Parts: sequence; structure tokens; C-alpha cells
Amino acid sequence: MKVLVIAEHDNLSIKASTLNTVAAATSLGLPVDVMVLGSSCMNVANEAATISGISEVILVDDESMKNALAEEVVNNIFEVAKGYNHIFLPATTFGKNVMPRLSALLDVQPLSDIIEVIDSNTFKRPIYAGSCIATVKTEQPTIVATVRTTAFDPVKIGVSTVPITTIDSKNAMGISNFVSEELAKSDRPELTAADIIISGGRGMQSGDNFSLLEGIADKLGAAVGASRAAVDSGFVPNDYQVGQTGKIVAPNLYIAVGISGAIQHLAGMKDSKVIVAINKDEDAPIFQVADYGLVADLFTALPEFEALL
Amino acid sequence: MKVLVPIKRVVDYNVKVRPLNDESGVDLSNVKMSINPFCEIAVEEAVRLKEAGIASEIIAVTIGTQASQEQLRTALALGADRAVLIEVTENVEPLGIAKLLSKLCDQEKPELIILGKQAIDGDNNQTGQMLAALLGCSQATFASELKINDGVATVTREIDGGLQTITVNLPAVVTTDLRLNEPRYASLPNIMKAKKKELSVIDASSLGVDYASRLTTIKVELPPSRAAGVKVESVAELVNKLKNEAKVI
Repeated sequence: MKVLVIAEHDNLSIKASTLNTVAAATSLGLPVDVMVLGSSCMNVANEAATISGISEVILVDDESMKNALAEEVVNNIFEVAKGYNHIFLPATTFGKNVMPRLSALLDVQPLSDIIEVIDSNTFKRPIYAGSCIATVKTEQPTIVATVRTTAFDPVKIGVSTVPITTIDSKNAMGISNFVSEELAKSDRPELTAADIIISGGRGMQSGDNFSLLEGIADKLGAAVGASRAAVDSGFVPNDYQVGQTGKIVAPNLYIAVGISGAIQHLAGMKDSKVIVAINKDEDAPIFQVADYGLVADLFTALPEFEALL
Repeated sequence: MKVLVPIKRVVDYNVKVRPLNDESGVDLSNVKMSINPFCEIAVEEAVRLKEAGIASEIIAVTIGTQASQEQLRTALALGADRAVLIEVTENVEPLGIAKLLSKLCDQEKPELIILGKQAIDGDNNQTGQMLAALLGCSQATFASELKINDGVATVTREIDGGLQTITVNLPAVVTTDLRLNEPRYASLPNIMKAKKKELSVIDASSLGVDYASRLTTIKVELPPSRAAGVKVESVAELVNKLKNEAKVI
């Protein structure tokens, strides 16, 4: 019995989501291997080899893996996966794209977004935007799952080194091609890794007004997020979105500004340690989950907030 | 080009569901059911492809009980040409759904399959990718833009870091994200017309695939609730509490 974790990376370094996923994998009490699929990614493999608690790194380094296209990645995981009882991926857009494709080829019904490992075949996962938590058991010989990263503290990296086994890549399927990527560039921390997040909703009224949040974010070293309403209104790009269909976050401090608190948004942030809500509508549902609520006009409250930091 | 749009009947997104008292499942008695919002976006995208002269026929399909005919009629009213109900009596998991859909694809041979990236009940986000795997075709998940040209789909995908554009050879499976389009409302004449459109029913067991459940739900419970917070009177009090009480800034 052993566990395979598929690493998420950008061909330069391991993403933090991999470390949360390894944490879930090691909680099974079984040996854990990490598979790195990429292009010119020896650095990633070397870094992966220092992840605490794992036994081995399996590396596929080929041009066809460069952009992590699901068809190519799964084609290369498939044979390796047969030697494992559990295969875990992070519940990020990378993992969500790859995991079901792999599962179907293995004839496995997988589990999405696990938040707790009960035993080696029983897990908890949220359903209905986190309104309910289901405990799910399976007797399948292979268990494939994505791991909600915020539910597992990351394992340490850089402690000791395990062996790296390089395997040959399969012939590229060539039925999909990468064209381009527009990645948000920011000096602020990533939403999913930030200690503090300040998010704006429809109440911000425009994209320009997000500068009111950015000033505070820079003083606190925080990331800036948004509700779906703000993204749909075009105030900010999609990668800002926190919620059921956006990013799931659980920072130490989450400040929701001008966000009413639809269940779909709460699904993405209600596990935050401390929640602050600033909203002029005192009946907004966001106040039901907020540790500290301030009923105020955000256009006066935010400058005042920034000045006091 | 034939387009297949698999859809799902789910609890309406405005309903706050609760576990049953015995925690054996979710209480679905007397709740409003609707077409899954992501599926509605998928239907809309297919209709736009038809209006642009790219799609020739749109087939809406669902796997469910007779009650799911209601959602198929919604898809027909939005502009699908015909509908197929693959009838089951029990809940079918995404792998089983994907297997049943792949059998239908063998019969219908669509060049494009558009479906929602996830259903808002199970939040699985699996069916599209599984169907692509079973068909051995390409996949473009979480689409926020779709263009079709000469047997190739160019798809912009919403990924964690921003946007990614890929091309996929047809046939392909595309799953929709929220910002692909804004679905129209069905007009009354179209709702009336939809009642006369073809809706065929296939018995799932006749398709010859194993769609039995692989997972057992042992318990469904409420998540831990948050303790009630306090309202502060001023920004100064808020900053003071965050510094000295919560100690988070």
C-alpha cells in the first residue's frame, strides 16, 4: 500500500499546494511518493526530493509536459498510477483538470476536495457550497482524490533528500496545444498563501475603487480578493475570486468589504481564523459569520482604516 | 456541427440545504429544483454557436428520473433542438454519468460537447474531464471564451493564476466557467415551442454500462458553526480589537 502525490509546479519551483497535498497523503500512514511532470524541471524534482515524509520522487521531464495539458499529463501518470492505492492531487485548477481524466481511465470514481482523512478509505468533503459536510467511504482498490489545500497544514520542505527516479515520457498525444497565458503579476502574496486577505464586493462600485483596498493591503502585507459579483461586474480579473467556484482561502484574517455574504462567497472563506465585515447594510448575511462587524460606508471607513495602520 | 449539451437537475442555487435529521443525506423534500447554473451557460453557448452558423444541431441530454424532463424542457426553450433523457431511478455518480454519456456519444457522434464545469449540489467538477477520457478526446475545462475554427476550438480557461488559452482538436469536451456568457431568459413563445420539440427517453440499463455507485455516504452533517461575533462602533475600535484582542495585525 502506498500513496502517489502529483506535484503542482511552474517548472521552476514546487507550489505550496503540493505541500498541503502531501500532508493529507502522509496522514494515511503509508509511504508517499511524489511525481513531478514538467519540462526542464530538474530544479523542481530536486526541491520535491526534500519534502518531509516522502520516500521517492518520480520525474517525467519532457517538452510535452511543459504546460501541464491534461491529455499529456494523464497519459504519463496512468501507468505509474497502477502501482498505487491512493493518488492525491491538490484541489486547484491544475488538480481539478487532471484528476477526473486520470480516474476515468483507471475506472475509479474519485473524491473531490477532501477536507479530512478519517481512515484509508473514508474521507470528509463539503457539498452544496459547504452547506453540508459528507462523510464518504469507498471500497475501490484505488482511491483518487483532490485535497482542499486549506484543510491541511503544509509539510516542511528542505529537511533531507530522497532519491529521484527518472522515467521516460510517453509519445505526445498532440490533440491539444498551449497558446498563451496571462498570469496576474503582483508584488502582494498569492491569495491561497496569504496570511491576511482584504476582499471587495459589489459595494466597491468600480475597479478604480479597489485602490482603497490595495493601500490597506500594502500596509498589512495582505492579498486582495473579490466576490463573484465584483469579478462579474468587471472590477477585477477572475483570479481575484474567492468562493465556491473561485479560490478557497483560510487566512488568519479575512476582511470583507462591501460584500453581502452570499453562501457561494462564504463557501470560499468561512474557515478563515478571524473574519471582519465592513458593510453599510446592517442586515447583510456576512455579519453572521464575522467576528468583528462594522456597519459603515466603506468610502469613509477604508481611508480611516488605512490611516490608523 | 452537432453539439451535445449534458445538463443536470439540481437544487436551486438560492436554496440553503440542510442535512436530514438522521444525517443520512440532504433534506430535499419540497425544495425548488432548477437547471444547474453552469449547465445553463453551456446551453447558452451552444445556442450562440448555432446562431453564428457554426453549430447545426443542439442536443440536450440528462441522466435522471422522469422529473428531469422539466430541465430538458428548459434547455429546449433556451434553444436546444431536441432532448434525450437517459432514465435512471437511482443517483448516478460522475463516473457512471460519463460512461452513459460516452455511449450516447457513440450513437450521436457530436463534434463538440459543452457542459458545466461542476454541479452545485455535489460540487464534484468531474464529469466533463471523465467523458473526455472515455472518448479519448481533448478537454478544455473552465472556459471563459470559446471560438471554433476549422475543426479546432480555441478556448480561454480560467486558471488559478489568471487566464490560459489553448487549442483543442475536435471532437472535444468543453466545460463552462461563470464568465463564458450570460444566459438569456426563455421567452414565452419559446417555452410554448419547447413543449412540441422532440424529447426521447432511453432506459439507462439498455446502454450496457456499469453505472453502479462506488461511494457510500455514511453521514451528512452541518459544518462547524462560527461563534457569533460582535459589532464594533468605529474604525478605531475595529483596529484596536484586531491589534489587541484578536492579535492578527
